[in-house]
Amino acid sequence: MPFRLLKFALSKEHPEPRMFQSRDRLKSSYDAVIIGGGGHGLAAAYYLSRDYDMSNIAVIEKGYIGSGNTGRNTTIIRSNYLTPEGVKFYDESVRLWQDLSQDFDLNLFYSTRGHFTLAHTDSALRTMRWRAEVNKHFGIDSEVVSPDDIQSACPPMNLACGGHAPVLGALYHAPGSIARHDAVAWGYGRGADQRGVEIHQQTEVLGITVQSGRVTGVDTNRGHVSTPKVLCAVAGFTPRILDMVGLRSPLYIHPLQALVSEPMKPWLDPIIVSGSLHVYVSQTARGELVMGASLDPYELHSTRSTFDFAEGLAAHMLELFPFLSHVKIVRQWAGLADMTPDFAPIMGKTPIEGFYLDSGWGTWGFKATPVAGKTMAHTVACDRNHDLIQEFSLSRFKDYQLVGEKGAASVGH
Amino acid sequence: MNEMRLLPIPGEWIDRRQLIDFTFEGRRVTGYAGDTISSALWASGYRILGRSFKYHRPRGILSFANHDTNTLMQNGQMLNVRADVLSIRSDMALTAINSMGDVRSDRAHVLDFFSAFLPVGFYYKAFHTKKLFPFWEKVIRRMTGLGTVDPSTPHIRTAKRYDFCDVLVIGAGISGLSAALSAAQAGVDVVIVDENLHPGGSGQYQLGGEMAQAQHTANLVKSVQQHPRIRLYTETEAAGYYDDHWVPLVGRNYLSKMRAESVIVATGVYEQPAVFRNNDLPGVMLASAAQRLIYRYGVKPMNRAVVLTANSDGYRAAVDLIAQGITVVAVVDLRESYVEDQWTKKLCDRGVKIFPNHCIYEASSNPANDGVSAAIVCSLNSGNPETGFAQLISCDGILMSVGWAAAANLLYQAKTKMRFDDHVQQFVPHILPPGIFACGRVNGIFHIEQKRCDGQRAGLEAAAYLGKSDLTKIAVLPEAESPSHPFPIVAHPKGKNFVDFDEDLQLKDFYNAAQEGFDNIELLKRYTTVGMGASQGKHSNMNALRILARITNKTPEQVGTTTARPFFHPVPMSHLAGRGFTPERRTPLHSRHEALGAEFMLAGAWRRPEYYRQRGKNREDCIRLEVEAVRNGVGIIDVGTLGKLEIRGADAAEFLERVYTGRYTSMKIGTTRYALMLDETGVIVDDGVIARLSAEHFYFTTTTSGAATVYWELSRLNTMWRLDCGIVNLTGARSSINLVGSHARTVLAKLTDFELSEAAFPYLAVREMRIAGMPAIAMRVGFVGEWGYEIHVAADSALALWDALMNAGADYNIRPFGVEAQRVLRLEKGHLIVGQDTDGLTTPMEANLGWAVKLDKPFFVGQRSLQIIAKRTPKHTLVGFVLEKNFKGTPPQECHLIIDNNEIAGRVTSIAFSPTLQCYIGLAYIKPGLSEVGNSFSIRTTDGTSVMATVSKTPFYDPDNARQKKIATVRREVVV
Repeated sequence: MPFRLLKFALSKEHPEPRMFQSRDRLKSSYDAVIIGGGGHGLAAAYYLSRDYDMSNIAVIEKGYIGSGNTGRNTTIIRSNYLTPEGVKFYDESVRLWQDLSQDFDLNLFYSTRGHFTLAHTDSALRTMRWRAEVNKHFGIDSEVVSPDDIQSACPPMNLACGGHAPVLGALYHAPGSIARHDAVAWGYGRGADQRGVEIHQQTEVLGITVQSGRVTGVDTNRGHVSTPKVLCAVAGFTPRILDMVGLRSPLYIHPLQALVSEPMKPWLDPIIVSGSLHVYVSQTARGELVMGASLDPYELHSTRSTFDFAEGLAAHMLELFPFLSHVKIVRQWAGLADMTPDFAPIMGKTPIEGFYLDSGWGTWGFKATPVAGKTMAHTVACDRNHDLIQEFSLSRFKDYQLVGEKGAASVGH
Repeated sequence: MNEMRLLPIPGEWIDRRQLIDFTFEGRRVTGYAGDTISSALWASGYRILGRSFKYHRPRGILSFANHDTNTLMQNGQMLNVRADVLSIRSDMALTAINSMGDVRSDRAHVLDFFSAFLPVGFYYKAFHTKKLFPFWEKVIRRMTGLGTVDPSTPHIRTAKRYDFCDVLVIGAGISGLSAALSAAQAGVDVVIVDENLHPGGSGQYQLGGEMAQAQHTANLVKSVQQHPRIRLYTETEAAGYYDDHWVPLVGRNYLSKMRAESVIVATGVYEQPAVFRNNDLPGVMLASAAQRLIYRYGVKPMNRAVVLTANSDGYRAAVDLIAQGITVVAVVDLRESYVEDQWTKKLCDRGVKIFPNHCIYEASSNPANDGVSAAIVCSLNSGNPETGFAQLISCDGILMSVGWAAAANLLYQAKTKMRFDDHVQQFVPHILPPGIFACGRVNGIFHIEQKRCDGQRAGLEAAAYLGKSDLTKIAVLPEAESPSHPFPIVAHPKGKNFVDFDEDLQLKDFYNAAQEGFDNIELLKRYTTVGMGASQGKHSNMNALRILARITNKTPEQVGTTTARPFFHPVPMSHLAGRGFTPERRTPLHSRHEALGAEFMLAGAWRRPEYYRQRGKNREDCIRLEVEAVRNGVGIIDVGTLGKLEIRGADAAEFLERVYTGRYTSMKIGTTRYALMLDETGVIVDDGVIARLSAEHFYFTTTTSGAATVYWELSRLNTMWRLDCGIVNLTGARSSINLVGSHARTVLAKLTDFELSEAAFPYLAVREMRIAGMPAIAMRVGFVGEWGYEIHVAADSALALWDALMNAGADYNIRPFGVEAQRVLRLEKGHLIVGQDTDGLTTPMEANLGWAVKLDKPFFVGQRSLQIIAKRTPKHTLVGFVLEKNFKGTPPQECHLIIDNNEIAGRVTSIAFSPTLQCYIGLAYIKPGLSEVGNSFSIRTTDGTSVMATVSKTPFYDPDNARQKKIATVRREVVV
């Protein structure tokens, strides 16, 4: 038992202070306002206050912190992307992730489990080779492995997949990890709070005031605040915020659903992803299987569940893991994925001065939390796009400079 | 086994004539047929049925309902079986799931003594140094989880069905049964489901000693069972509510998807525990659990009981105990006073001491540590225990009857707006969505007569909603007294007063979590994990909410509930998956391919012959021989997987003009043209061939993988543009075969009277003709670079066509070839494959398909983007390349990178050894500076070594396309 837990036994009162202050009202002005108290918004606040000495910041959250996609994703972290831009960006994120628990002094259960993307067709195998080669070029641990390698990492898996789509190989990414998603928001929130950032939960943004092309303030249901800088980090709600400032984006919103099982004794070490079967699965530290599949096939601004999703995912899971037949599914949920045409994010400055975007996170936002926070903090503080996000700007759609991450981002979040 | 068994009770669910043996923790136990695992064990004197999740405390029967984590067990391959409700069978060998060694002694029980070190969220506060986390994680993963999966468990395929009804009633208690009956009597078809083995609900066990009530309920059940318009399904769980009254019903061996016109939710309430120190000791149970033990299974919950109550239900439960000869020592009532009625009188007459305005401050454990031995009772002073006046009342069981929480999960899922009713101290429906109704206790109606009325009301309202009856107002009287106590929770400095029994959460955990800032209900849930156990908070969320309301000085309504999501009850994956649906498509020629020894590969959902096996030859040789057959004689390939579409109408040509990049309005009837499709960003998404059969009729193909999406997209565009044309997807209805090679014409000529001369049927023409008597569309096109025909016939003619062609070609050694040979053949011709030689960003300029794009057309999808892109130098272009003539060693593979100055300068998209040219040839994307013909570049292979290649002109083979247009001289004599 670690010594750190001693204090809980020895002290009479619970020896922990509040992680985040609750505040009665908003100040009349801030140096920056961050809309969205999810992982990304809080991370940006954290790095702004830690690295750029900006702490007169309000994070405004309509619900409670981490209530959006931060708390709804399936927590997979990896950097084996397809484009050089993507690879460099997510690699930096993984590096940040690895130190986050210690930085926060909060255990995020960052658990390096290894990540297999299964190939059931030769065309999938081809794409994986492409990813592996690009990854290796940038020094990322990524390789195409044989069915035998997969089997030894996950002995009970049925690589024949019921004869429908036998596994021919996989892209293996040893640094692939999972983490306790809610705690990420808490860690960043606490760190930002300690440095003076104000987190206002249950506060809704109603409008953004723009004068001669510059942001001047934000209207909320708790009053107006003036600010020269606004960072929008609201994922599936981005189109609504963009409407407030009259910007257009090619974002389109699809629900993404997931399932979780009852806990069972751990048997699944790695993270397994199959694009052909639309399955990704990992086992948490509590012993639950967390499972996801592809996006709902239509645009919808709703987090409702559909039964056919549960049916389809369970059927595909049993192709790979027939022995889970008796395992029960406890819960089903959904998040809103803000998809982009090229499956890369939309980040950085916009045509409106002082209005910064952190969006287009589709199904790949959680793993980018630290690096998105860090690069957006730089962008907001210096009013200059961080080098790692140059290629992700909103203007790329006008200029036809798309990033082309579809092959690596669309499956295996 | 009769240690705790009562004398037979009318209506009990067990069959005392039939004994059943099973084992628990290796020991033999005997029960009666109909017993659940828990009832059989309790009857046999077992007290410890499981160990708790975190502290490994002994746990017995608590809720005796379908959700308690502490009575989950392992039975062979079945994990997490719910012992409270699962009937015993003689082949059961059960073990507790969360115990190290025998559940009676559990080596991990020491964790209970260390609980002070393990406060709420302790795992966030430690174990996280980078070096040590992997070690601690292993320890934690060893302790975690409930049951065990057995990897040898077979794939179980459960039947599924669809079902329909006018009114679905969920819950067959008194209100649900009444609702079903009144709706059916109004003339609608009703399905009523209940998760229990038998209908009747609490109407058959919350009796207050009155057997007449059980008889009333039984009569109601009988009326429902006999009604011709009602179907009653027991042991069936309504697993969730989905949009448009879509409710999956989960039975033991099937899943039924019910589409109801309207839904009546009569799911009742969950009884809620009181919170006091050691409220988890075996023997401390909910009053309703004790009543079910008695009336369903004839099992004595305890011998000597203290009843903790805050409502009249507790008094009735006490009478139920007394009626079975169980001693009730005391009734402890949290309320300041109670209403005197027949039950309180009965208790007083029996000498039961009643303690109003008192609480149980603590329960004591017996020396054997397997159950409760006493209740420590204190009086209350404005809700706080007066610990100075504690009295110890010895007992071996405590009943908790302090309140209820609405089982409103399905109502929440249906987006019902709920409100907190202060009078009944419960969330009740406020605004119900159209077609959803609620009745009975979930609606805040508890009194037995009123439940009946409320059910009738809901049934008639549902019938009226369906237009089957006029709405009759039925008055339902409100409750006389609150069934639930507003705060049945007592603090204790030593803790162990459990709020969540699944997750081992104590009262102080909530105060501490709130102190750390997790003071709204959703954050509280995530930090403490309250309600995240197997029961999903069915017996913990309400108390958690009350505690948080008190901490934050809010009302329960202001605190609100967490989002209720499916599933209401956990559903096995076998039931969700059903028989599985992995569509597999086979062309009509599949049997022929099998007979010819095809090795199949996946192409989307299709199986296609990769190549045909030949005795004594390896894969490479087989493919080479197929390539040579096409180049030197005649080959035949099944291309039935291509998307096949037809468009007709006055605007058909205009439609194609807008969708594809070429020009189609000017096409002559009887000709074909290459068709390239872009998305709005100018990226290549598909290609095919368009054939004009008449002025207003085109037949065209798409790629195999693109067939479905192209059809969807065209349909979408057609809807949007409203042109005068219609599109039909004929992919499955038609089949197509390519006949290619220098003998192709000779072979085809044997089967048709149609004139096949170059003049009558030139290159790129399309003709409708009869082949072997079958109506066919033949196109003089070819992917592989030889004289060839793509012949399309109705799918049911495919076999006859194939056989005819094979017979006709026999004299010319016709050989079927597969996808691999075709890939080599097309590569020799330098043809790209969309999806392999293009990616998600490839434009026609990059892929050297500029010739197929008529940028000056008025409009086509992607045109505007392309006009902008066309002004820029492409980042890379597709070129042909060759390896040196006598290259030995491991050739590069597709997707290996071209490296220039240590930077990525491109990638290989296709590579193969060309049997015709006797060297490796390929296609690659490469940076502009390196793309000159004759330029050398370096490809990096998987092991890091470099292979040199040279940019080459394409086509590699027959650059003038002479062979497709002219009959080549026959290279070999053919023996006729």
